[in-house]
Amino acid sequence: MWAFIHKVGSPKWFYAISGRLLPWCWILAVGLILVGSLWGLAFAPADYQQGDSFRIIYVHVPAAFLAQSIFVSMAVAALVFMVWKIKVADMAAAVMAPLGAVMTFVALFTGSVWGMPTWGTWWIWDARLTSMLILLFLYLGVIALRGAFASRDSGSRAASVLAMVGVINIPVIKYSVDWWYTLHQKASFSITSRPSMPVEMWWPLLLMVVGFYAFFIAMTLMRTRSEILRREAGKHWVRELAAGGA
Amino acid sequence: MHPKRKQKLFIILGLMTLAALAIGLTLYALRSNINLFFSPVQVAAGEAPVNRTLRAGGMVKENSVARDADSLDVTFVITDYVEDLEVRYSGILPDLFREGQGVVVVGKLDGEGHLMASEVLAKHDENYMPREVADALKAAGYSPADYSSAGGDSAPKAGSASDAAY
Repeated sequence: MWAFIHKVGSPKWFYAISGRLLPWCWILAVGLILVGSLWGLAFAPADYQQGDSFRIIYVHVPAAFLAQSIFVSMAVAALVFMVWKIKVADMAAAVMAPLGAVMTFVALFTGSVWGMPTWGTWWIWDARLTSMLILLFLYLGVIALRGAFASRDSGSRAASVLAMVGVINIPVIKYSVDWWYTLHQKASFSITSRPSMPVEMWWPLLLMVVGFYAFFIAMTLMRTRSEILRREAGKHWVRELAAGGA
Repeated sequence: MHPKRKQKLFIILGLMTLAALAIGLTLYALRSNINLFFSPVQVAAGEAPVNRTLRAGGMVKENSVARDADSLDVTFVITDYVEDLEVRYSGILPDLFREGQGVVVVGKLDGEGHLMASEVLAKHDENYMPREVADALKAAGYSPADYSSAGGDSAPKAGSASDAAY
């Protein structure tokens, strides 16, 4: 088990295996998001109360899922880096943060656009919206902290600590709508319970959610690979690769 | 596992547990402030302040909406199926406002238990349905809410507010 972790953790091995996985992730991501968005935005039926504005769900829910999942992945990577000193984990955590921040912003923005016609307000300080805004600030804090130190290692460690502590916000976001009275409704999409909408509305949402996850994996692999090349630029195998590729 | 790494893992997990505990207790202590609105039960019990801006939430009671013919004035009753609260409002209501729908009302309580609203927000539940399905359900004598609550745990939150308050 530990031998396996260290093998995955070697930049050279990770670079090789991720290069083989990457095209499949991209195909899956682009395919699912294309089909899902066309299906959801053009062919799925409109909601009986909200009409067409309900279609924002096909962007809003996947973005919100990713915003939280990326933070958890980042915290796990930070833990692996802090305990086992695996450099690839730190690189992955570093490249995940901006994507997570963007997804959080997309979730907040589409939520506002959706809230205006349905609730009658674009922003309210309820527990779900506020905890999501805190998540955005946590992402920005992790990104800023990483860049705030003269040595890269200090920045990595500071950002890792913030990511691991900040992950406490994730269950707060998830259960905010159950623990407190909020304007935001409860979760519509869950793997474990009966769908809260008919299948012709649910299928495109499922495709979008899986597509967004594939996009996250593809982006993380791709950007971790370039981060590996950047940080290991002086290593023998990278020079060999550059000489062979050029 | 290397003992040094093991020690580090335990330190990190211990710190995370402590941080989670601190945040959990803070949120627990602040729970009444984090709640977005008062339920009619809480208002009836006198938990809500009079003459200060507050939010109240519940379902719009069936057959309770009365509009003034010459102005935008409207009165309606919000309920959590235990207590009722009468709301007076003058302005444009959101599209989703209708009887049987959850709403959150911003306003002040006058001394006689009426809520003078300055803003009405519509709450919607987590269930979605095509128009044809909703029409077919109605034709068969069911309301879309019946279909939703057939799932058991998915009843609109404002409706079940009374049991969540304690």
